[in-house]
Amino acid sequence: MDPMETIRQTFFQECEEQLNETETGLLALEIGEADSETVNAVFRAVHSIKGGAGAFKYERLVRFAHVFETALDGLRNGALEASPAVMKTMLRSADLLADLVREARGDATVEDERLETLRGALAGLAEAPSEPATQEADAFAFQPLTLCLDDLGPPAPGWRIFFRPTADLYRRGNEPARILRELAELGDLDVACDASALPLLDAFDPGGAYLAWTIDLTTSAPRERVEEAFDFVVDDCDLRIAPLAAAPESETPESETPEAETQNADPFAFTPLSIDLPAIDAPPAPEASARAPARKPEISRTEAPVSQTIRVDLERVDRLANLVGELVINQAMLSQSIVEAGLPRASKAFDDLSALEQLTREIQDGIMAIRAQPVKPLFQRMTRIVREVADATGKMVRLKTEGEATEVDRTVFEKLADPLTHLVRNAVDHGLETPGDRAAAGKPEHGEVRLSAAHRSGRIVIDVSDDGKGIDRARVKAKAIEQDLIAPDAQLSNAEIDNLLFLPGFSTAAAVSDISGRGVGMDVVKSSIQSLGGRISVSSRPGLGATFSLSLPLTLAVLDGMVVKVADQTLVTPLTTIVETLRPKAKDVHRLGVDQRVLADRGAFVPLIDIGREMGFRFTPADPQSGVVIIVEGDGGARCALMVDSILDQRQVVIKSLETNYQQVQGVAAATILGDGRVALILDVDRFVAGAAACSQPPLAAVS
Amino acid sequence: MSANILTVDDSASLRMTTRLALSGAGYAVTEAVDGLDGLEKAKTRRFDAILTDINMPRMDGLRMIEELRRLPNQLGVPIVFLTTESDPEMKARAKAAGATAWLTKPFDAAQLLKVMSKVLTK
Repeated sequence: MDPMETIRQTFFQECEEQLNETETGLLALEIGEADSETVNAVFRAVHSIKGGAGAFKYERLVRFAHVFETALDGLRNGALEASPAVMKTMLRSADLLADLVREARGDATVEDERLETLRGALAGLAEAPSEPATQEADAFAFQPLTLCLDDLGPPAPGWRIFFRPTADLYRRGNEPARILRELAELGDLDVACDASALPLLDAFDPGGAYLAWTIDLTTSAPRERVEEAFDFVVDDCDLRIAPLAAAPESETPESETPEAETQNADPFAFTPLSIDLPAIDAPPAPEASARAPARKPEISRTEAPVSQTIRVDLERVDRLANLVGELVINQAMLSQSIVEAGLPRASKAFDDLSALEQLTREIQDGIMAIRAQPVKPLFQRMTRIVREVADATGKMVRLKTEGEATEVDRTVFEKLADPLTHLVRNAVDHGLETPGDRAAAGKPEHGEVRLSAAHRSGRIVIDVSDDGKGIDRARVKAKAIEQDLIAPDAQLSNAEIDNLLFLPGFSTAAAVSDISGRGVGMDVVKSSIQSLGGRISVSSRPGLGATFSLSLPLTLAVLDGMVVKVADQTLVTPLTTIVETLRPKAKDVHRLGVDQRVLADRGAFVPLIDIGREMGFRFTPADPQSGVVIIVEGDGGARCALMVDSILDQRQVVIKSLETNYQQVQGVAAATILGDGRVALILDVDRFVAGAAACSQPPLAAVS
Repeated sequence: MSANILTVDDSASLRMTTRLALSGAGYAVTEAVDGLDGLEKAKTRRFDAILTDINMPRMDGLRMIEELRRLPNQLGVPIVFLTTESDPEMKARAKAAGATAWLTKPFDAAQLLKVMSKVLTK
């Protein structure tokens, strides 16, 4: 790849980190949970973005970052107070900065009006405390490029330069020799060194400055070029530049005094010491510590703990994860071989095998930990969504987050952003009421959206809840009837009505708002969650709010499964879905209709599903009593009973996508390779549960 | 032997940019990620020049320059600092800390090389 492109991408990666830092810091400042380092960190982050953006000439980004930074500087030096109004502007600016970064990347465009409005607001903040800040901002807005073409210097043969460094010049690492070298590039030099101030050796201070030079430079270069050579040292020396004597009349009156002095300075008043340029040697650099004020080293104080990280190409991690998957399969094969070899259980081979199993599992956990990411950045992104939607709808919203440290697999993380955004938007746009309505209902004006993440029985559960009005069931039902999604006379439970939201094409918004109604419905949210092996459910309490629950697998690579046998086929049931296994008694099995059967289990009836027939492995119905029944739980807690012939084993299996390797098959979630090298299908439990529900409750056929 | 320049910047992209420009011009480049890292690296060897950012976590450029100037092996080593703050105050502070020269961000490769050639003795 082009090196500049690599750098550019690194820059954008850094921007993401800096933007997160900025937002986190500002949010902490907003709620008063910030210390002095917080505002410094925010300032530094914005400053960094500006610096990098400058290198890539992202002018709009640079200009805005500059004004932002100036305002932040006000916060930093205490000139500006972190009032709610100020923080609101700051947070919006952080959003805009993020958008400008996206714009620079080519992923978005930012309207000029928005940019100018916020620029104005920030400049206003900065202006209030101190004038210079604004001036600086303005100075930066347009950088005049001064080219004095008509001032190309006097018609003189060159310049006479008098140059006497102070000790500071040496202390700062500058050297007259380098300056003379630079001047030599402009023309011919005639250098006279005045060493008359050199003391005797016993009085010589190695850090002192004793030399001065008078340099006659024959050149057509303008004065600016000559001054340029002294750019970094003008404050650290006595410097006078005058045209060489040939053109005394060309000088302007006000600059006459120093020049006159130079010209009057008799070059022969001291013994000229003409030396060749390379021989000019600056005095040895001074012993800086001798003159630096004694200060205690404070390095340790600033040594904040920095977490050590490395950036690794995702591809490498994926490859490793894949290999570990293969390792798991291989280890399963090995254990199969050992069993088949007929070695005694107490043999060393079995001990070693279990040690290997332990190791494999640890390696697997290790890989998963590498791929795992805390949901925090994802949640942080939602704070912005909430702000935007709240602004657009005139609602007052507080976002509360819980369990930000909960980690999810990277793949899950990436695919979670869109559904989560959608749910959060919905919560604010559809869920929460306007401040007026809330007041009328006796609720606080500020609505609350709560995002929480937690690990629960081998899965990640993410809840998006609001304390709004809850789902308007009458309206949802009316809409579903209107859109021909259900029969007009359908009798639905509350939960079933709530679930109508997930039907394709369902939207309750009377007028499609530009916030939530983007042609993407909850059905898309549902299918994207399902594609991650996840489930989504909703619960609502009228007047109190609604909660959308996402339940996702920890990883997409492996799963703990129960290996079962059905009609000589080996299948895997995900362990997380299994509630219990049992051998049914004849009296618990009841017929329902022609070929439906239900099982009485703990006082409830669950649909009994003949996996062998459903999967097309056999045509005769199985006898429930001859096999084993596995009670499984699907989406939203509905259960069904799966009939299998026998349970073989419980083990970890590596998930191999059936879709990418073959094609999608009804009732099959994925495939795996077993220890004996054979392929086994992993059952799509949700599909069976939903199918059973569909048979017993016709109106909901389309729901899942 | 080509001049070895230590670049100190907390932004990887900035370090990459400067490395690209400097190594393209034949300089050897050593990188440090912040002031503390820069100081540690400078303790172990003498560089021909040091290019540093000011705003950095852990230890900023000003502190690093001050500390560097106290190291006997860094006497006279040219230290160039990067600044976006066009205010003279930062320049004055950096100079007071012992900086040799400065480069105003944003800069391009030519500007960077020009400043480096100005301060380098080789």
